[in-house]
Amino acid sequence: MKDSNRIIGASLPRPDARRLAAGRGTFTDDIILPRMVHMALVRSPYAHAMIKSIDTRKATKAEGVVRVITGEDLADICSPFIAGIEFLPNMISPPQYALAPTEAAWQGEAVCAILAESRALAEDAAQLVLVEWEELPAVVDPVAALKPDSPLVHSGLESNLVMTLPRAEGDTEAAFAEAAVVVEHSFEFGRQSGLALETRSVIADFEPAGRRLTVYQSHQTPYQMQDVYARHLGLDEHQVRVIVKDVGGAFGLKLHAYPDEMAAVAASVLLGRPVKYIADRQESFASDIHAREMTAAGRLAVNGEGNILGVEVDVLSAVGAYSVYPRTSVGEGIQAVQFTGAPYRLPAFKGRVRVVYQNKTPTGAYRAVGQPIGCVVIEQLLDLAAAELNLDQAEIRRRNNLGPADLPLKAAGGLEIEDVSLDACLTALLNKMDYEKLRRDQDEARRQGLCRGIGLATFVEQTAVGAGLYGPAGARISAQEGCSLRLEPSGLVRCATSATDQGQGTLTGIQQVVAETLGVKFDAVTTEDGDGGSTPYGGGSWASRGLSVGGEAARLAAIDLRRKILGAAAAISQETPDNLTLSGGEIFSDGKSLMALSELARIVHFRQDTLPSDVDCEMNVTRHFLPRKFPYFMANGIQASYLEVDLGTGAIKLLDHWVVEDCGLVVNPLLVDEQLRGGIVQGLGAVLYEHCLYDSSGQILTASLADYAVPLASEMPDIHVVHVENPTSGTGLGAKGAGEAGTLGAPAAVWCAVNDALRPLGAQVWKQPFTAAHIIEALRSANCPQEASELFEN
Amino acid sequence: MKAAAFKYLRAENLDNAFDAFAEYGDEALILAGGQSLMPTINLRLAQPAVLVDINHISGLSGIEQSGEKIQIGATTRHFELANSELVASKLPLIASAIKHVAHRGVRNRGTFGGSLVHADPAAEMPACAVALGATLVLESRAGERRISASDFFLGVMSTDRRPDEILTSIELSADGPGDVWAFRELSRRHGDFAMVGVTAKARRASERLEDLRLVVFGCEECPQISAVAASLAASGQEPVAIAQAVAEELNPMTDLTGDAETKRFQARSLIEQSLGDLLEGRADG
Repeated sequence: MKDSNRIIGASLPRPDARRLAAGRGTFTDDIILPRMVHMALVRSPYAHAMIKSIDTRKATKAEGVVRVITGEDLADICSPFIAGIEFLPNMISPPQYALAPTEAAWQGEAVCAILAESRALAEDAAQLVLVEWEELPAVVDPVAALKPDSPLVHSGLESNLVMTLPRAEGDTEAAFAEAAVVVEHSFEFGRQSGLALETRSVIADFEPAGRRLTVYQSHQTPYQMQDVYARHLGLDEHQVRVIVKDVGGAFGLKLHAYPDEMAAVAASVLLGRPVKYIADRQESFASDIHAREMTAAGRLAVNGEGNILGVEVDVLSAVGAYSVYPRTSVGEGIQAVQFTGAPYRLPAFKGRVRVVYQNKTPTGAYRAVGQPIGCVVIEQLLDLAAAELNLDQAEIRRRNNLGPADLPLKAAGGLEIEDVSLDACLTALLNKMDYEKLRRDQDEARRQGLCRGIGLATFVEQTAVGAGLYGPAGARISAQEGCSLRLEPSGLVRCATSATDQGQGTLTGIQQVVAETLGVKFDAVTTEDGDGGSTPYGGGSWASRGLSVGGEAARLAAIDLRRKILGAAAAISQETPDNLTLSGGEIFSDGKSLMALSELARIVHFRQDTLPSDVDCEMNVTRHFLPRKFPYFMANGIQASYLEVDLGTGAIKLLDHWVVEDCGLVVNPLLVDEQLRGGIVQGLGAVLYEHCLYDSSGQILTASLADYAVPLASEMPDIHVVHVENPTSGTGLGAKGAGEAGTLGAPAAVWCAVNDALRPLGAQVWKQPFTAAHIIEALRSANCPQEASELFEN
Repeated sequence: MKAAAFKYLRAENLDNAFDAFAEYGDEALILAGGQSLMPTINLRLAQPAVLVDINHISGLSGIEQSGEKIQIGATTRHFELANSELVASKLPLIASAIKHVAHRGVRNRGTFGGSLVHADPAAEMPACAVALGATLVLESRAGERRISASDFFLGVMSTDRRPDEILTSIELSADGPGDVWAFRELSRRHGDFAMVGVTAKARRASERLEDLRLVVFGCEECPQISAVAASLAASGQEPVAIAQAVAEELNPMTDLTGDAETKRFQARSLIEQSLGDLLEGRADG
């Protein structure tokens, strides 16, 4: 039972929700600066082409045009991006320019920027820019890209291979030799994108006299961008301030440095005027990072009891035309391999990732980076093995789950796992969904000719990543989060955090942590984030760190501020600090009210004259926190899907969905539940709908919301959420991350459910998204009759 | 993207519109609900010199019954069809199909006539108009011209409308005793254009379907009555056989949701279900 007075653990609604619902948010596009100009871009119509010449004369003279800029104009003021990794010296990463000067490597790469009095006028002028192109062969298919005679993605490359990374642990050869059952399969994953509701947006305001740059940007980390703008524009870092106002969703796609945004900032430096650039939806589809495009071949060896003896996985990850700056594009493939089998005991592991360039939009970090793919591969292989052994799918998972005896563990796949609660989550799931009854319902449905399936997907989720990831890579990215607290003269508290909030409710959670730890009411705290010039330096928002890392920094700051407050209160009241407590905004001595915090605040701010000179009246603290005990906090859980496949049309109907999640301490169940549900919906989008389709010449076919299908509420099932709380010992707070669990496990649950439905027919799906066409393809390749009634008679 | 500059002309009567057609020819586009046109203009896929807004011309909107005929004004909005008791009782096929037309926001502005003139092969209303044997009334300076829906649709987004004509109203026959109908649609998500859809109208007499007007849409270039379905149904063939024959005759276009074989496969299933709906009088939509 939770204490009803507790703030941490309470389902409090977000204080900023009312403001946003009332339309009083300030998104980047809402900001209008004096003398501001608008940028539109000329983008390459070809997937691969040389730029022979750009004639901007007509465009320059068009109505409202202030300046037309090409790559040549930026050569002296803006250095290109090169996203490499120091510990992978063989990784190939061609330079990426704000405006491509000589060669465009994907359809949508920007080559010319028009700055005009309005966006419409800039677009009018963009139509007048004459680019002479020389089209080159486009590399689209990742397998063909690796062939020795393949054309090259960039003319400067020697091959299209970005890098290859093998991993071996234990004796897989012996494992497969002694296995009772060996199963194998290949799986394909379609390209998708993060699709934030608010498109990428930036306003750059360069003041030439003092060489100060202020950038308003819809982004996950202002700190990283200050570093990027300072270094690539030759400015002093402390003269660059990036301010992130309200952000309408990010999902990883707003974690990167984009060349078009760089062009807007560089244009402001050239012009000495504010420049606004708002990506429209069509250019978002062509220029926001994409993700997930991959094929994975997996092989699993189990003994007669279904215990895993060894696993092999070979991944080919296609990342588009560039390695995205500054975090690179190789994480997806690396994590897909690492997470294959991560929740289970793996005596032997052999993996390989190959990453390949292609003339498509660059890919990058999108919610749960690579983890959903590793999850699909192992969960599919386990189900195949269970079918061979005639074992129940839940049972084979229970037999392989990591348990207390295995932990902590440096896993064969390379991950470090502190503590997970997989068996507890499995048990909770089976109870919640009434697994036995559901299996009986499934059998009954089959007798009526309905093709239904149940899928389970166990997962571990890497959250709150510390300095071990980007530090050795040489990336200038902080993994540490900070929090500043300031006691106002009225006794209220301002909190400034390095964690950023794109709609998750992170700030609400931090407010709860501060209020309870300090001993004030929830409403006595306000929070602020996203001002890279004044909020504490940190990472921002990535890898599910807001509450787990940012929350711990807030807790440490609140402890320090409380100590200062009680120290001052002790001096005022001539008590010893140890006898004093702060609760609900009131200071107590041995349970008796001594004074209101507002009274103390008034004295320490305005009546220092009444206090001895050694009393600390500085009611302002900043603390930072960096995960050190573990490289990250491994959350875990399990999801289940129940669905029906229409054998006549290939349509899939989701009937129900469950998730049991252990993200350690749950600071705000309301917000965590919605993180899980939102994440699951994105995962369902991945497995059923979302697909960035290209034709064979590298033209994107899905550049509007009419063609690129996102999940809609009408198709979503009920999503039942259960928590198992197993706090991490890596922090005093005990929270792990929860942002990616939904997206991570939902695809695998649906993969398993669809194949559970189709298995009696001898059919199997092997590539996501599961369009109706793919279901039909699977039925046809198994020679299934279309009449459902004929199917289950035997 | 932002639309390229265009002139806006608010027509108060048909003559205003005809004047604009005379002056601008095919540089003038008609703005009704704008639910397809405005996105096209905003993407600069269309850059008309002038938009002729016909929303304020009186007499172009409304649903009326005269005898056994129902007259629907061309600018009658989808939500008005969805909310109309007359449509629900006399044109239940339209009432059912309208729920599949996009989403509420689109239905609030999109018009019945606009959908017909736009002639998207995956749209619901053109298929319904053909199945119901609608008559389209077009007006120009030269006068009124009436054409059956079956003759109106010529191809992908191509109709028999001449550049100087405005579709002003659509005439439909009210459902009578013994009339049965079916509407089934497969789309990626509710509200999307059809991957494949089937709509049909017939008279049911002694367990047979007479005058079957079955249309498969979202498949071929434009909606058309299946002659094979009508003749097989009249001869009392089973739905499964009719569905097979109609599907085999289809010549589906490949699109992002599937190739010809996929669509034929899906159409076969929907046709069979639709015939079942007709035979059992199951109006489920």
